[in-house]
Amino acid sequence: MTEEAGQDTGRPKLAVWKFASCDGCQLTLLDCEDELLGIADQLRISYFLEASSGPGPGPYDLSLVEGSVTTGQDVERIRYIREVSRRLVTIGACATAGGVQALRNYADVAEFRSVVYARPDYIQTLATSTPISAHVPVDFELRGCPIDRGQLIEVITAYLAGRTPDVPAHSVCFECKRRGTVCVTVAHGTPCLGPVTHAGCGALCPAYGRGCYGCFGPSGSTNFPAFVPLLRRDGMDTLDVVRVLRTFNTAAPEFDAASRKEQHG
Amino acid sequence: MTHRQSKVLRVGSLARVEGEGALHLILRAREVDQARLQIYEPPRFFEAFLRGRSYTEPPDITSRVCGICPIAYQLSACRAVEDACGVVVDGQLAALRRLLYCGEWIESQTLHIYLLHAPDFLGADSAIDLARTRRADVERGLRLKQAGNAILELLGGRAIHPVNVRLGGFHRVPAVSELRSLAERLRRARDDAEQTVRWVAGFDFPDAGCDNELLALAEPGTYAIESGTPTAMTAPSAAGLPADHDRALPTRTFGVRTFGEHVVETQVPHSTALHSLLDGRRHLTGSLARYAISGGRLSTIAVQAAQDAGLGDPREGVVCRNPFRSIIVRAVEVLYAVDEALRIIDAYEPPPHPYLDVPPRAATGHGATEAPRGLLYHRYTLDANGTLTDASLVPPTAQNQGAIEEDLRRLVEERLGSGEPTEAELTALCERAIRNHDPCISCSTHFLKLTVERS
Repeated sequence: MTEEAGQDTGRPKLAVWKFASCDGCQLTLLDCEDELLGIADQLRISYFLEASSGPGPGPYDLSLVEGSVTTGQDVERIRYIREVSRRLVTIGACATAGGVQALRNYADVAEFRSVVYARPDYIQTLATSTPISAHVPVDFELRGCPIDRGQLIEVITAYLAGRTPDVPAHSVCFECKRRGTVCVTVAHGTPCLGPVTHAGCGALCPAYGRGCYGCFGPSGSTNFPAFVPLLRRDGMDTLDVVRVLRTFNTAAPEFDAASRKEQHG
Repeated sequence: MTHRQSKVLRVGSLARVEGEGALHLILRAREVDQARLQIYEPPRFFEAFLRGRSYTEPPDITSRVCGICPIAYQLSACRAVEDACGVVVDGQLAALRRLLYCGEWIESQTLHIYLLHAPDFLGADSAIDLARTRRADVERGLRLKQAGNAILELLGGRAIHPVNVRLGGFHRVPAVSELRSLAERLRRARDDAEQTVRWVAGFDFPDAGCDNELLALAEPGTYAIESGTPTAMTAPSAAGLPADHDRALPTRTFGVRTFGEHVVETQVPHSTALHSLLDGRRHLTGSLARYAISGGRLSTIAVQAAQDAGLGDPREGVVCRNPFRSIIVRAVEVLYAVDEALRIIDAYEPPPHPYLDVPPRAATGHGATEAPRGLLYHRYTLDANGTLTDASLVPPTAQNQGAIEEDLRRLVEERLGSGEPTEAELTALCERAIRNHDPCISCSTHFLKLTVERS
């Protein structure tokens, strides 16, 4: 941004960074249509390449990081970002749990490369897709594929005010009850990941008549030994259970462990 | 052979595009030896890990290719799987899909116009920067974008990666009353969209033209969005005409099932995104292509706005081949999408069931729709149990890469021909040229750093 230096004295500097991802979580910031210009008044959006061609130098007071680490260069870049950031917050399933691209963690990446590319030797990539916390200390992880707009604003305003973000770790079931949605599992026998999935979306899927598919990753407390039999009762076989746990948060430790237990017994 | 000292210019990453890439220019005197758009977004291997998944999963999974146009992925995926299973979604369910897609066009195209593209014409680094001097304009853009998001949130559940799309239709369809309240907001949005066309029409546009073939879907009687037949318009160069020739040229069509025979992907060493050629020639998809091929089928209000904005009458075969003016064409498309959304809402009657059953069968299916950035093709092969055995996704940016490189080459040569541009001038020119095409690099795999080598 082209701003006069004097104008910015005291305004905290925000940076938004991208690793392997779909851009959806940083787009969530641009989707805050009612709040965007207000946010820009409160802090200086200093580095945000999707929105601005005038990147400003660090250090940054708050860095939002989207995407997962999938190349050797990424490993170096996230270390640099940590060094120039006072607070580092990951946004979204890719940055907190490796994202859908972490499905390679269960496969032979050389074989994946050969499926997609005629000349796999041109393509540089790591064999794994890992969350940011696997490489550097992270101050806060905001979940979701994509993240929720309200939770993003809460995180930004919390750091502006110097307090911890108020983002509860309870399950989607709490949000369903609060919303007054009839339980799709109880009423219709629809398999639903709500009991083990982190709140944040507002229990959208049940409100639209489908079971939760876990896009916010594991909640603060999960009980898979009690939960998986419910999925089976409602018609899911082993492959279905493995698939639903191995999607957008496949490298989240709880989902990973539960899917391995299903697959290997 | 004499070697003069070569000069390498490095410029920071390209901003205001979706995704990550770099540009490498090799200049020889006043000629561009090579213009290479490097897309170095790390590959995410969607086509590989879709194998072994259920045939019901591509709409949810492939939406994660791109947070900017998830509906395009969801609906191309639905069409391809439904094609394999022999199911055709029509009537009100098809109308609701089109309405949902109008929401994505409004949101995504407005994002491009106001937040990514307009700052180039107004000497600003960002829309936030722009808001300091033109707050009312930026607020209009945010309001219009929000109207598109309102459609996505009502019909899809949320604006990014909506949850309500499924094979055969939707998990839940809206009540008439829900759409009625949306219509009130869209009527205000129609005024904002009309003003947007007028606003961007007042920008300064350099003379330029592109001589690629143009490729878009076409549908009888309507402006193709969620379905249609691939239709290619001949390149002016093939007809011996200048690149900025503004009249329609002959078109040819081919069935979507033969898409892979016509649009052939190749890999180049400098990019993680595949390049593609249409019957062996460079082609361009997106707003300029759609407007050239189907502009005469726009609604009255959109045609009138296009004429008032100086684009000429598309019903009389006037086309736009100036990439800088694509911002006007996009604004006309946004106006059309708002108008079309209102038409669909007016005619809406809730269908008897939210979706058609789509039983699996062993087959290969093909689907193509018009993503905001251009034609998006999906192909899936499934077995009798509905397990995917093969997947192919051909996004618009991968198709457009060749045309973007050619555009860069021509613009840089023109600039070199008229003096000694500084590095900063060349960078600004190239970044503008790339943003004219609205490349969504996350789709094509992802971002942009300019390197100029002079010898």
